Amino acid sequence: MILKYFLAEGVVCRHELFVAAAQDNPDDILQELPAPILDDVAIPKAVEQPRLPCEPRDSLEAMNIAWRYQNLPKVQSFLASSSRFGHYYDVSKTMEPEIRLAAKCHSFYPPEHLSQSSNTHSPMLESYSALLKSLQEVINREGFDLTAPMSKSRNILRVGLHSLGSALWGDDLSCHDNPKHRHALTTFLYGLRALMRSSLSVAVVTLPSHLIQDRALMGSITRLCDNAIALESFKGSERETNPLYKDYHGRNTHTYLSVSFPSDTHTHTSTRRQCIKAGAGLWMEAGQPPCRPGCQCELVCCCSIRRAPQ
Amino acid sequence: MFTELNSILNASPDSITPGELIVVSDRQSDASFLVHHFLSFYLRARCKVCFLGLVQSFCHYSAVSQRLGLSLTQAKERGQLVFLEGLKDSLSILIPQERNAESQAMDFLQDPAAGLRSLYEFVQSSVTGSGSSEDWGPPVLLVDDLSVLLSLGVSAGAVLDFSHYCRATICSQLQGNMVMLVRCSGEEEEEDGDEGSERLLKGLTHQCTLTLHVQGLPTGFCKDIHGQVEVCRRRRRGDLQHNQNKLFQYKVHDKGASFFARGTSSAVL
Repeated sequence: MILKYFLAEGVVCRHELFVAAAQDNPDDILQELPAPILDDVAIPKAVEQPRLPCEPRDSLEAMNIAWRYQNLPKVQSFLASSSRFGHYYDVSKTMEPEIRLAAKCHSFYPPEHLSQSSNTHSPMLESYSALLKSLQEVINREGFDLTAPMSKSRNILRVGLHSLGSALWGDDLSCHDNPKHRHALTTFLYGLRALMRSSLSVAVVTLPSHLIQDRALMGSITRLCDNAIALESFKGSERETNPLYKDYHGRNTHTYLSVSFPSDTHTHTSTRRQCIKAGAGLWMEAGQPPCRPGCQCELVCCCSIRRAPQ
Repeated sequence: MFTELNSILNASPDSITPGELIVVSDRQSDASFLVHHFLSFYLRARCKVCFLGLVQSFCHYSAVSQRLGLSLTQAKERGQLVFLEGLKDSLSILIPQERNAESQAMDFLQDPAAGLRSLYEFVQSSVTGSGSSEDWGPPVLLVDDLSVLLSLGVSAGAVLDFSHYCRATICSQLQGNMVMLVRCSGEEEEEDGDEGSERLLKGLTHQCTLTLHVQGLPTGFCKDIHGQVEVCRRRRRGDLQHNQNKLFQYKVHDKGASFFARGTSSAVL
């Protein structure tokens, strides 16, 4: 779900998207993006007539005292991508196609992309190798590369990679205790990190960590990223019936936040109250988790995904 | 560089102890701020520095060094700093294209099982090369970080071999220094934990002269104290190994970091 919010925020902010998935077709993922809450989001309407400069503004008399505000629009009708952090979304509805189609999307779906001859020089799996190559091509072609000349206005590329490490990518990390391709995913993540550092892009990768038993490997994967969030659902677990957790749907563990020194954020371990406003505008109301003995020192917040307050 | 850390380590850019192997490690924390300290320290000491930046871009280190009062770009231009931008060089190997003949240092990515010979040869040519006109001090090798090599498929044994070769060349032969960052995850007592990193850390700790181990506070998060550093100086006198351990707490802020004895944070006093 975090991936969908991330991509939805990209649509609303008019960034370009790159979506890769092995299980579902990326187009299906894009069709299921949550709908933004529309109080202050302008929907491009084809039928809207342009206002002629000689037409008087309807139903608004000239301002005598606040005359400086005369020429401002009545409502804030533009997508304020830089002046506010995130937008609000309604999980129960999907995004209107006209909003979604306004954003430029690129996709990578292994069954369609892996028809070329395999490259035997890479330590990565063929699927990861092809994905990295496809992403680099999009970055270079669409002008997100930092070394490209600053000729036109720059945009951000939001990269969403779904369920890496699963068997559908050809990886056996989630199938065996001692996988044969132990370093394929971490090598891919290293290459992805290199691409992110050299372009105007940001990536969100989801992993089926519940299927990956190797904690050392999860540690390596976490260290290759800049931020890591673990979501644990209470459904089906003992916590679902635990009265302490009755208001919550799951647990969000912010397991890793890299230090961008010097800054006032730092890798920290804590249990504290925090409202997490992810960049996707996801309103996660988080609270202090109920104390339990032997609590590990992690940043743990219980949270529920709720509709944003009206 | 952090002046408080210099006084803790009894070190000064004007007088460097030669032949040191310094191991910086962290467990479920981030010790990379110490790498920035040592980078600026040795550059101020007018040493010839070879920096293997494997996990961040050059711009990142440059931006941080600016805040510490140093320009890495100028250091590179005058030949004092040789910088390997691992991320950038890796792309030409991970995404096959026309071969970029400039840097072969990351060639090990094609066959990680074969070891780090290419990387060692890069280090060797950097520290022994005499390309610049100025006379720099003893060479220094900084690696950020060694654990990422394990993630890329290189075995712990190969990484230890690499560090041994570097130590023989830089510390013994050229009387220079080395600083290496090793990152661990998980608890130290776990048996099936991070075997590669643990083995690497133990092997390096055995060879080194100074370790700085960074951890979070055992009591949890604190706004004014970001963690603790255990400083361990290993001295060998004759047959005896004499270790001196000190524990400090630290706080990272905008232009540096402050270190203080436990319980003496300014927020507490």
